[in-house]
Amino acid sequence: MAACVRFTRVLAVPGTTLGGPRLPGLRRLSCSVGPGQAVYDVVVAGGGMVGTAMACALGHNVHFRDKKILLLEAGSNKILEKLPETYSNRVSSISPGSATLLSSFGAWDHICNMRYKPFRRMQVWDACSEALITFDKDDLDDMGYIVENNVIMSALTKQLDAVPDQVEVLYRSKVISYTWPGPFFNTDTNPWVQITLADGHQLQTKLLIGADGQNSGVRHAAGIQNVCWPYDQSAVVATLHLSEPTDNNVAWQRFLPSGPIALLPLSDTLSSLVWSTSHEHAAELVSMEEENFLDAINSAFWSDASHTDFVDSAGSVLQYAFTLLQPTKSSARQLPPSVAKVDPQSRALFPLGMGHAVEYVRPRVALIGDAAHRVHPLAGQGVNMGFGDISSLLRHLSTAAFNGKDLGSMSHLTEYETERQRHNVSLIAATDLLKRLYSTTIAPLVLLRMWGLQATNAVSPLKEQIMAFASK
Amino acid sequence: MWGGCGLRAARGRALGLAGVRRVGRKVEPPRATGLEGKQTNRTLLVIPWLFSNNGIMCLKSNNISFAYSNKMRSLRYVGTRFHSTSTTVDPKEMKIFQALAFKWWDEQGIYAPLHSMNDLRVPFIRDNLLKMVARHQLESPLSGMKILDVGCGGGLLCEPLGRLGALVTGIDPLNENIKTAQQHKSFDPILDKRIQYKACILEDIVEETAESFDAVVASEVVEHVNDLETFIQCCCKVLKPGGSLFITTINKTQLSYALAIIFAEQIAGIVPKGTHTWEKFVSPEQLESFLESNGLLVQTIIGMLYNPFSGYWRWTENTSLNYATHAVKSSVQAENEEHHAKAPGVHGMGASQK
Repeated sequence: MAACVRFTRVLAVPGTTLGGPRLPGLRRLSCSVGPGQAVYDVVVAGGGMVGTAMACALGHNVHFRDKKILLLEAGSNKILEKLPETYSNRVSSISPGSATLLSSFGAWDHICNMRYKPFRRMQVWDACSEALITFDKDDLDDMGYIVENNVIMSALTKQLDAVPDQVEVLYRSKVISYTWPGPFFNTDTNPWVQITLADGHQLQTKLLIGADGQNSGVRHAAGIQNVCWPYDQSAVVATLHLSEPTDNNVAWQRFLPSGPIALLPLSDTLSSLVWSTSHEHAAELVSMEEENFLDAINSAFWSDASHTDFVDSAGSVLQYAFTLLQPTKSSARQLPPSVAKVDPQSRALFPLGMGHAVEYVRPRVALIGDAAHRVHPLAGQGVNMGFGDISSLLRHLSTAAFNGKDLGSMSHLTEYETERQRHNVSLIAATDLLKRLYSTTIAPLVLLRMWGLQATNAVSPLKEQIMAFASK
Repeated sequence: MWGGCGLRAARGRALGLAGVRRVGRKVEPPRATGLEGKQTNRTLLVIPWLFSNNGIMCLKSNNISFAYSNKMRSLRYVGTRFHSTSTTVDPKEMKIFQALAFKWWDEQGIYAPLHSMNDLRVPFIRDNLLKMVARHQLESPLSGMKILDVGCGGGLLCEPLGRLGALVTGIDPLNENIKTAQQHKSFDPILDKRIQYKACILEDIVEETAESFDAVVASEVVEHVNDLETFIQCCCKVLKPGGSLFITTINKTQLSYALAIIFAEQIAGIVPKGTHTWEKFVSPEQLESFLESNGLLVQTIIGMLYNPFSGYWRWTENTSLNYATHAVKSSVQAENEEHHAKAPGVHGMGASQK
């Protein structure tokens, strides 16, 4: 390994420097142990949804009760004193698997006490054909939940504040550099990851968890390669009012040639929009009159303008064949509710891209969440993949702790990497493929995807597999 | 590819002699290549020089090592730096460990099998010790227990036990090993408090630590011990009544001969020749009889199997290669006294070392 030389990479430091001595964490840092520096068992870099959840999960884990854990966050405390009346435009689809993780350390209860909307059904259909696929839960279980990001953040922060002895949080902290230990122990070199903060503080940790988002500083500093490309799309988000109250327990998504448009339930009268489309169109949508914006949304869901007779007839032939084979099974096509109003100030756009870190771990370093992978929102898997990373890493770390292992050891970190890459890579690849497949109007491809979707919809075991995979 | 297993045993932790000249640390450790063979080749270059420096015949012969064991035995007292009174320590094998003392903490290096063996032996020790206590905390299950690790090497097993809350004493005859272990734990403030290392042999501390440990661990050590019966007696002496003795070692079978000696040392050449003495391997039956005769009641004997391809160990019914055993010292005091009286050559052994 060429990485035998210890190296320090200085990161670009945008934004503000650390506040001052009034920050609660600093007092404890100054009275440090060892050679003038604090030694932590785990430092989580990045206090977003995934980073905070990771710190929370560790803080509530019984095997970590006497460990020193630190969360570094560039922003300030994100606890919601009072739930705002208006819904936030940034929402996440939370899978049952993620909800289980959040319940395991008590954060889900806070979410339930605030705001969330379960959905029981998902309908995905094509703008160029009649093909559709529906996912239903036969039992009354929820397929997933739509939760505002700030509600998740607030719930996580509350649970983090519940374990102040386990987890120290350093808000408004900025990392200037990470210094990595050599690949294996040389008796006289420091074996820990050393972190230098903008205010001059030096920290040491046995394990650094990088949860600092798609432009991860930890990933850059560790020199981990990231395979990434931007999509030619931006996502437009908005909070929408429905024309009339409904049960609103279906997540709708239609693939338009310009990109998928999704309507996610927030309440009986509100839904959240995530519309991925070309950069120009997105900019146009955000700036246009409210009335035109609503028309654009309604026609995106309802219009048959992209249909061609050839594809339609080919589709109905296959559909007829399926009906003959499984006469009882009729896939009832439902139509999404129409929207009547958009929340002012709720329209926003952000660019989309795909990225995947070649490695998730290095000695004493692990990447989780967007620092390791970034996906198109069409499958609603972004944050769920991050929470899945946490479950997996937590399981390996708590076993390691109970076995008295060095938490930064590659032996269990590699197991985490293997387990998560196996899951994440297939999901990213499938999402990327879907995005590409549905971005075209070329007849043979439309035909192919239509048949694919129809066939998938008809074969229950396959559908169950997909659902099981996506609900992890 | 059974080299891995042979390698593990050959490079295993051992009892040896203190005060031997430092050599290993002058050699730059090769970077973590993950290729064990490469690193071993470097080691092999070091060893002849080391041997000649100490006036001991260099083991260059291609003949199998145990043919030399008689010769080596007569050479045992040649080196002036050696403690001439130790009956348990083998100077020949110490040479090899000395040259490798700086490599203990390379997880992918030559000691990789010992690192991964922790996945088995730490839970084995932890769970068997927890059976003895009524309640424990999950975050530090071994909290308050005093454990002696005999032949601790670089502290590979002391540190995990220390992290589980135990107060660990690690002893090893090689100064180099203790130095490595000492330095490694010094970076961890918690472990620094919980673990203490001492460069000495077991006999040295028997008197001062009699009946003071809740557990004694001799992992991958007894196959390097010259006088096993004395060794077991010493282990028993330092245990509290009702305390546990944990031993992991390699069986004395044709299979272990073929894999650990012939294959690993002679054919594959991944173990320096002469590191292993098959004669000193011990069968579970023999070990059990030593234990029982010292008033230690054997609770478990279970086989361990190393997969050199995956680098992982797993438990197995078959004890024909590696195995682990857990024995408990009888709480009846009289029985122990009786056995100690019978054993020859134990008395005064520790004292003459100092």
